[in-house]
Amino acid sequence: MFGNGYTMGRLRGDLDRMFQHYFGDLERWGGTDTGGMPAVNLWENESTLQAEAEVPGFRMEDLDLQVIGNDLLLKGARKADERAGVSYHRQERGVGEFERVIRLPTQVDAAKVQATLRDGILTITLPKAEAARPRKIEVKHAGK
Amino acid sequence: MDTKTSLEKREAKDTAMTERTWSGRYYTPNVDIMETENELTLTADMPGVKPSDVDIRFEQGELSIHGRVAPRQEESTQYLLHEYGLGDFYRTFQISETIDAERITAESKDGILVLHLPKVERAKPRRIAVKSS
Repeated sequence: MFGNGYTMGRLRGDLDRMFQHYFGDLERWGGTDTGGMPAVNLWENESTLQAEAEVPGFRMEDLDLQVIGNDLLLKGARKADERAGVSYHRQERGVGEFERVIRLPTQVDAAKVQATLRDGILTITLPKAEAARPRKIEVKHAGK
Repeated sequence: MDTKTSLEKREAKDTAMTERTWSGRYYTPNVDIMETENELTLTADMPGVKPSDVDIRFEQGELSIHGRVAPRQEESTQYLLHEYGLGDFYRTFQISETIDAERITAESKDGILVLHLPKVERAKPRRIAVKSS
């Protein structure tokens, strides 16, 4: 049933593993395809991998981003509105903690990864490791 | 019944909008609607939308929010992982007469739109003092 998938450690293809933490009924990420985690897009340029995640309302201090080996780890937490005297008519926006691990298809230089956060969009640039970059091989004429 | 609770966008299947954007695709933003003594507060997730990209209309009891999203990747991008698409956000709400439409305010930050819908005076809970006779 949508929205009630409290699955733990669900595998999704070869690309990522997910972990979810729950703190009671109101604080959970529900949803389907990604298990309710923030959705991530990943694409490749010649010299970099690019990742982007939609994380509205998050500030940099709410997010934890790491590159460990060939994995991109993205963790974060968003709190529910905790004012007193509030009743909810509708609650669709996810709250709570999330943790995603995305297996990267090529090696990246972890020391050179850069991330920016703007208008709720996290953009991550992961320069490919030297060994993983396309390298032109010059073909010399064989001498006679 | 819609029971999705997440950061994910839902693609809008049905829209009264006649304009089409570059992708022709609309997404329905997830919202929280909270009620306090003085107002309804509507919070919508619209990642990628700046305050200047938000258009809010109120007409005949219907409130509509439209968030314009600029393309962030080229149409031809070959994704390794493609969990969301890009398109404008749009959603409408029926607002009852207990809301004072003249005093609706909105603010937007970090891809979140917050609308304050104050209640008309007569809709607020009132304490009636009981005097001893």
